[in-house]
This record gives sequence, C-alpha cells and structure tokens, in this order.
Amino acid sequence: MIEIENVRKSFGPLEVLKGINLSVPKGEVLTIIGGSGSGKSTLLTCINGLESIASGRITVDGVDVHAKTTDLNKLRRNLGIVFQQFNAFPHLTVLENVMLAPRKVLKQSKAEAEAMAVKQLTHVGLGDKLAVYPSRLSGGQQQRMAIARALAMSPSYMLFDEVTSALDPQLVGEVLDTLRLLASEGMTMICVTHEMKFAREVSDRVAFFHQGVMAEIAAPDALFDAPQDPDLKQFLAATH
Amino acid sequence: MFDTALTSADLIFLAQGAGMTLFVTAISVAFGTILGIAFGVFRFQVGPYWASPVTFILDLFRSVPLLIQLVLFNAFLGTVLKLKMSGLTVACGVLTFYTAAYCAEIVRGGIEAVPAITRRAARSLGMTWMQDMRYIVAPLATRVALPSWIGLALGVMKDSALVYVVQVTELLKSTQILITRLQEPLFLLMICGAFYFVISFPIARFGGYLEKRWSND
Repeated sequence: MIEIENVRKSFGPLEVLKGINLSVPKGEVLTIIGGSGSGKSTLLTCINGLESIASGRITVDGVDVHAKTTDLNKLRRNLGIVFQQFNAFPHLTVLENVMLAPRKVLKQSKAEAEAMAVKQLTHVGLGDKLAVYPSRLSGGQQQRMAIARALAMSPSYMLFDEVTSALDPQLVGEVLDTLRLLASEGMTMICVTHEMKFAREVSDRVAFFHQGVMAEIAAPDALFDAPQDPDLKQFLAATH
Repeated sequence: MFDTALTSADLIFLAQGAGMTLFVTAISVAFGTILGIAFGVFRFQVGPYWASPVTFILDLFRSVPLLIQLVLFNAFLGTVLKLKMSGLTVACGVLTFYTAAYCAEIVRGGIEAVPAITRRAARSLGMTWMQDMRYIVAPLATRVALPSWIGLALGVMKDSALVYVVQVTELLKSTQILITRLQEPLFLLMICGAFYFVISFPIARFGGYLEKRWSND
C-alpha cells in the first residue's frame, strides 16, 4: 500500500504539490492525468525518494519514504520506476542492462540474474535483442527494456512517468501493450500518462491533477463520462 | 660517406636514459591518475564553492611552468626542510602532482558528461552512490576522458625531459651528454626522437584500440 498524506513540495518559490492525499492499495492500477506542470511527475519522483518533500508523509508498505532513518536504496528495490526520457546504460548490452541491478543490488548469482533478465525481456518482447546495445534499439524498444530492467528487481510497485511521451506515435502502441499486460497480471501501478484511451481502459481509478492539486479522482467511466471539476471538464474537452 | 663515433655502449647509455624516462613517466602517470581521479570526483561531488581551495592548488600546478616547480620544490625540500631526497624522488613527486592537476580536470569533465537521467535510473534501481559511480559513471566517463588522458600521458612523458634540473639523467639529458662528447647533435637528436617515438607509439595505439573497441555501444 502506498499512502500519501498532505504532501507539499516546492521548487524555489513555485509550489508544485499543494497538499496531496492519496492511497494506492496493492493490486490497483491508478493513472494520473493532467496538464504540464500539474505536479503529477513530481509526485512519482517523491514516492521513490528521488525528490524530497517539504511537508506531509509518504509511506510504502508502512515505511516512511522521507524519514532520515529510511534506507532509500532498499526501499527502491521494491519500487520500480520508468521515466519519460530513455535512460539505458549505453555501455551495456540489453541483457547486461537488465542483469546489473539484480547482480549488484540483490547480490544474485550470474545464472539467477540472467534467467530473470531473459524472462523479463522475453515478457516485454525483446527476447531476440539480448546481445544488442541500446543504441541499436528503437525508442519503443528502449522503453520496454527499461520496463524489463525495473521488473527484474521483482518490485511490488511500478511507477510509470509518461513513458510514451518521448516516442514516435507508431511506437506508443507497443509500450502501452506492455503496460496492459502488467496491469492484467495484477501489478500495482501508478501511471502518469497523456494517453486517455489507455487510462480509461486499464485503470481502476483515474486522478486528475491541476496546478499541484488533485482536483478529482474516480473510476475511469465516472471521471471521463461525468467529470465534476470545471478544470477537468476543460482539460478533457481540450484533449478530445 | 656516413661516419659516426657512436658506439654500442653509447646506445646502451641512451637506452638507460629512455628507461629512466619511462620509469619517471610511469610512476607519475600512475599515481597522478589515482590522485587526479580523487580530486576530480571530489570537485564534482562537493561543487565549485567547497572545492575552491583544492581548485586553487591544482591551478597553481597547472599554471606555473614545470621547470620552476622542479627547481623550487627541490630547493624547498633540500634547503628549507633539510630533507635528504634523491632527485628522482623529487622528480616523481612533482610530476605526480603536475599530472594529477591536469587529470582532475579531465576526470571532472568525464563525470559531467554522464547524463543525469542515466545516473537517476541507476539510483532508482536501488544502486548506492558507490555502485552508480563504479558500474555506470566510471565506464561512461572513461570513454569520454580517454583521448584527453592519453594526450596527458604522452605530454607528461615529454615534459619529463625537464627533470634533468634535479639531476635525473633521462633520455634527453643522456643525449645531451653524448652530444657534448661526440659533437654529432643532429644524428643524436634523431636517435633520441626515435626512442621517444618507440615509447609513445604503443601508448597512442593502445588508446586508439580502446576507442575502437568501445565504439560499438
């Protein structure tokens, strides 16, 4: 369970999160939609401790993410994240990219890590690219590799930060298919996305962020078909 | 038509000088690189403000001519501190810091060239700072820094000719001794240049080989 209690966060004078309250139980797929600068991506980086928070509390399975005593490296093993920008390790092959963290962080044996990496890469449809360097992959393939790399740590939660935003339109589908697959397998996921159709299809709940506030949260049909918040109405009208 | 007074003993004398050049260079580049990595990582990690005292000292080593550094350190250690140090020790010490000063900049540039998002990805997988440095930053920064580092190593080898001022008889000094005796400056300088080339060429080629090997990723 991820619990977010009254979280505030500023970059200089700009307050990007203005008191967010949210809880995501195990097994749920939550998508967050909203315009640029609404704070949705910042929230994800706060959840795994890559960004600090000004006040409030975020707990993951009861562990306070921003407490001084928390071992963030240990916490992050359980909390996979995939970013918008491609960030493969360019000096390692696809297989080595996925094997590195399980080997060094989880101290798995080479055989163990390799078996897991092959399994996850096959899972995301890259079983034939094991020995290839990331520079030879398309954007969609790089994102799928990043998903496999995060999954190889066997996390309980996956955070996706606009993973299709940097992709050519024809490559978006393959990445969304991978996310759909994960959702159907019961992975707990928080996806920040601009893909409304996808959000409606896979989510248990959809949250709408606007100017650092969670303006509305509801089941997808309710949120998309009968939006209450005026900003959400405007946002949906603009994206259609 | 071509007549020289150069004997095989003289050639061995030159080879010994070349050996000394290689020795001084190897020591200075090895320790200078280790120190340079430490200084470079420190400067990157703590930022320009806290690193400013270190930066100032490194700038001194980079801007004062090596010849002056050698003479001053030798005098300081011998006359002021009354330390009985061989010229070779002083030479290796000064050249080590000289190398470290340049190497620190190369290392810092290499680390800065590693994209922040790549490092963030490493940390988000639960890697510690040290694991990120070792498995992500070090290999990527090395690729960026290698050509400059090879240039530095070759430069230090040629700069090591200056250690004659602290009574170390390296390759160029050996040549000068022979020139004084044999009065065949052009011929001897050609041989000396050939020795330098033979030492440098493998280093340059090794750098080229590594660059080519890494170019596939």
